[in-house]
Amino acid sequence: MSNALTTEIREGGVAIVTFDLVGESVNKLTRGVVEEFKALMNRVESDTTIRAVVLISGKPDLFIAGADIDGFLELRTAAEAEALSREGQELMNRIEKLRAPVVFAIHGACVGGGLEASLAAAYRIASDHPKTVLALPEVQIGLIPGAGGTQRLPQRVGLRQSLEMILQGKSVRAKKALQIGLIDELVHPSILLEIAVDRAGKLADGKIARERGRAVHGVSDVVLEGNALGRSIVFRKAREATRKATKGNYPAPLAAMDAIEQSYMGDRAKGFATEARLFGEMAVTDVSRQLIFLFFATAALKKDTGVGGAKVQPLLVEKIGILGAGFMGAGIAAIAAMQGTVVRLKDAHHERVGKGLKEVASILRESLKRKRITKRQLDDQLMLVGGTIDYSGFSSASIVIEAVFEDLKVKQSVLAEAEAAAPRAIFASNTSTIPIEQIAANAKHPERVVGMHFFSPVQKMPLLEVIRAKHTGDEALATAVVYGKKLGKTVIVVQDAPGFYANRILAPYVNEAGLLLDEGVAVDAIDKALVEFGFPVGPITLIDEVGLDIAGKSSAVMIGAFGDRMIPAQSLAKVIEAGRTGRKGGKGFYRYEGGKKKGVDETVYPLFSSTGQRMLIGARDIVERCVFAMLNEAARCLEEGIIASPRDGDIGAVFGIGFPPFRGGPFRYLDTLGIPTVIRALEVLDGRFSPRFRPARILREMAASGAHFYPEREKPH
Amino acid sequence: MPTFGNGRRVAIVAGLRTPFERSGTLFKSLSAQDLGRAVVAELLARTGLDGKEIDTLVFGTVVPSVLAPNIAREVALLPMLPKGIPAFTVSRACTSANQAITDAADQIALGHADVAIAGGAESLSNVPILHSRGFANALVGASKAKSLGGRLGALARIRPRDLLPITPAIAEPSTGETMGQSAEKMAKLNHIPRDEQDQFALRSHRLAAAGTQDGRLTAEMMAYYVPPQYSEVALNDNGIRPDSTPEALAALKPVFDRKYGTVTAGNSSPLTDGAAAVILMSEERAKALGHTPLAFIKSYAYAALDPGEQLLQAPVLAAPMALARAGLTLADIDLVEMHEAFAAQVLSNLRGFESQEWAERAGMTQPLGEVDRSRLNVMGGSISIGHPFGATGARITTTLANELRRRNGQFGLMTLCAAGGMGFAMVLENAS
Repeated sequence: MSNALTTEIREGGVAIVTFDLVGESVNKLTRGVVEEFKALMNRVESDTTIRAVVLISGKPDLFIAGADIDGFLELRTAAEAEALSREGQELMNRIEKLRAPVVFAIHGACVGGGLEASLAAAYRIASDHPKTVLALPEVQIGLIPGAGGTQRLPQRVGLRQSLEMILQGKSVRAKKALQIGLIDELVHPSILLEIAVDRAGKLADGKIARERGRAVHGVSDVVLEGNALGRSIVFRKAREATRKATKGNYPAPLAAMDAIEQSYMGDRAKGFATEARLFGEMAVTDVSRQLIFLFFATAALKKDTGVGGAKVQPLLVEKIGILGAGFMGAGIAAIAAMQGTVVRLKDAHHERVGKGLKEVASILRESLKRKRITKRQLDDQLMLVGGTIDYSGFSSASIVIEAVFEDLKVKQSVLAEAEAAAPRAIFASNTSTIPIEQIAANAKHPERVVGMHFFSPVQKMPLLEVIRAKHTGDEALATAVVYGKKLGKTVIVVQDAPGFYANRILAPYVNEAGLLLDEGVAVDAIDKALVEFGFPVGPITLIDEVGLDIAGKSSAVMIGAFGDRMIPAQSLAKVIEAGRTGRKGGKGFYRYEGGKKKGVDETVYPLFSSTGQRMLIGARDIVERCVFAMLNEAARCLEEGIIASPRDGDIGAVFGIGFPPFRGGPFRYLDTLGIPTVIRALEVLDGRFSPRFRPARILREMAASGAHFYPEREKPH
Repeated sequence: MPTFGNGRRVAIVAGLRTPFERSGTLFKSLSAQDLGRAVVAELLARTGLDGKEIDTLVFGTVVPSVLAPNIAREVALLPMLPKGIPAFTVSRACTSANQAITDAADQIALGHADVAIAGGAESLSNVPILHSRGFANALVGASKAKSLGGRLGALARIRPRDLLPITPAIAEPSTGETMGQSAEKMAKLNHIPRDEQDQFALRSHRLAAAGTQDGRLTAEMMAYYVPPQYSEVALNDNGIRPDSTPEALAALKPVFDRKYGTVTAGNSSPLTDGAAAVILMSEERAKALGHTPLAFIKSYAYAALDPGEQLLQAPVLAAPMALARAGLTLADIDLVEMHEAFAAQVLSNLRGFESQEWAERAGMTQPLGEVDRSRLNVMGGSISIGHPFGATGARITTTLANELRRRNGQFGLMTLCAAGGMGFAMVLENAS
């Protein structure tokens, strides 16, 4: 019985196969689908009236989303995974060698296994449509293309384009796909099928050759790709760049490169065997497991309204008001305009509004530079953001987001003004430290007050913490969550406590780095250790970037709230006292020249240390102290119900503060290390630095009962 | 005679403009389309009007863009508006925004529309510069040639003089007379001395400065943050000279007749960039949507005369017609707003209102009468505020409606002169 593929045979012997997986929103290559493809090919081999095949998708704006990732979690051993890859390769080989030529008519995303299959087809036509994108994103989940992608793609698009697509998993738009030879034709979606049928007929008649080779693209193609020496240079450069970018934490891009390199060795069978072997090795790495977990966790969060079972209708958000045209306010305005929201951006003075609008424009222009939008679309987005110094235009706003100075009095007074000016609106505070309940203390409608904590820079950081205060109503919460997702953010709902979640777990981590400085450890030694652990930047660089004044304020709040385990670091306090503000002021723990970060500013040490001697502590100790402080705090957040689940805690840490994705997040990492192991380490540290490393209660309880944060091999939901 | 509306009263619900900036200054890198889109976007934001309510959009402009000739449609395609709002662009020289407003009002009166946006925009910093006929011929010839030789042959016909660009002048195509020359002629024909013109210009600046100072004028303007740097913000009309003196004005040389002339840069309106728009609604829809009308359109009239005679004198013919259509006389009018292209033109128009000869030409038995100067252009006019051709009519409409309300007057009259020997007049009735 057919569950995905339906076949219609046209006059002239062209079989039109429509792929429409029943019961799923996307087409993916599940086991059942693979069986159907095999059956289809058997039929084509035996039915000689079928002269050619066209494959098209029955889903709106989606071709094939790729393999069934759920299935990957079932894989126990590398051998099992290698066998799966072999099976995929054989399927693609059959497509390639099928008696009747196969034409792929691609409209919508054609990803992973879908693209690998299309590479095996005789001809590829794509629709000229923004939704039509082609990609091999396997490395993003720690894998490599395993169904011939590493072998066939270089033949189609050449070495350098292949590396670009496979090593970063970037998607290619239809127009570019045509330019690089990834597809054969680009047509308007409405004639896609018609042209595909025509080309299928011509292939069957021999009017179009099945083997067409690849056109050489310019001189650099000849020099760098046409000979082994040129290719070896390309590979060497790519390996260097990859090692630098991944710091040895992500094996998949290097494995992919090995497989691609093998495709040039003239032994086809060995190339495919290499791909399958490396796929098998990658599939069982912990890195891949963690990345797949994040993939599912993110997908699950997309469906979560944040209000539990409560049935509420979130407000339709077409207009918003933003108070404060600073860096945060402007960033929020820009991403709102990208989604077509009408924005009023208010600040106290024209000069500040103008600065905000300039920032909005520069963020939006970035999309023009990347050719994601046209000049007119940019102009439209700019038109959506109106600057103002009064509350004009606020009355019809559905949400008013405040991003004003981090001061309770100021926030309370803008809340009162906003309630008067925008009587129907939800009031969302973008505070990073002040409890929402305090901000709402004098609110007429505390049920409409919620927190929307964006991370800086807003247009780049994927996380949004929506904060539910004691009085926050379901409607306000659901509206903030749904609108946050519309803005493209990964949203977690957290409870109203100092630092909320992300900044709260960051605080002891940064503070520990400060205490290490107090003890005499060098700035760069600390940063280097944690970058090697997998953070995008080290803690000292981080506070330089955020702004030392802001970091200092935030840390004061945290010290006030969690004084028992937040021993104020003298080094941080002294450097802030000296008036250094970090990158924005051109002077922090590092030197900045012309906006570029240079080395450690040696003049910073005398500010907090009388000795010039820098003490040496091993990277392992640095990592352990900083990271375990964070893990312990994350556990406390779960214990106190600040976050609803380990899943939210992991997503929040990875997307909010750059916790290494290949470690899955604090809770996944705790599971990996083993809770008893972590407790033992914490106890040792507590012995030295009592009481700030005292293990969280929940950890002790879990260790006692042998529990894990995640049941093994279960997909997060 | 029935007044305008066929029983469906047309309300002016709101109006807004950009500050008016002398050409080549703050708005020099903005197009009329930019200005028009910005002012309508801000008008929508301020009024909270839902775009889905809008039935039609009409915009006026005098020097259209070659690249986007239907500016109205570009404005209607603002991202906060539905794509299905039909829009058209009108051109009737300096009364283009009035044409937009009356066309939209007509649609409402007819029952074809209930909510309309009408206005106009002009960028005189960005007038199209044309190639000469010879150069254009050569280019067209080259593009049609089939061979390289043919192409080169066509281009070889270009002569040095063909390379001189042609800038459009503000001259009458029928007579070749520039607007300034016409004003100069009118000053002589109607015996308007230089000092009277300068006096009037001074008055315009002082009243506009006062209107800016007390916020009546600025209330009708948006703050325009000037892209791409946004470091400059236009908050006021930059042509207003609060500190202008009779001596300074008297020192200026006549521009159009250096020997015997009286028209100077000081007593003329400057080339200006800006945009303005109003929201019009049927009375019922305004009530249903909860918008309070500022004023109702009581009547309007257009008139024209031979451009070779007195180019800017047609308001003298249009005003009595509009008053007659409203069933009113000048005595009923609480406020008069006259477009000030030149002081000489305003003063000529005012003399025409008092003249028996002009009354008869307008088909009236008696002159309109003398306009009470204390009710005339009480916040200045185009000489001081500036005159972006396509936008001025919407500025005057908004100002008249607002000031009528402020003064608790009942009726207001506006007149505008226009190139081609045309004139416009409209009577508004305070809605409160």
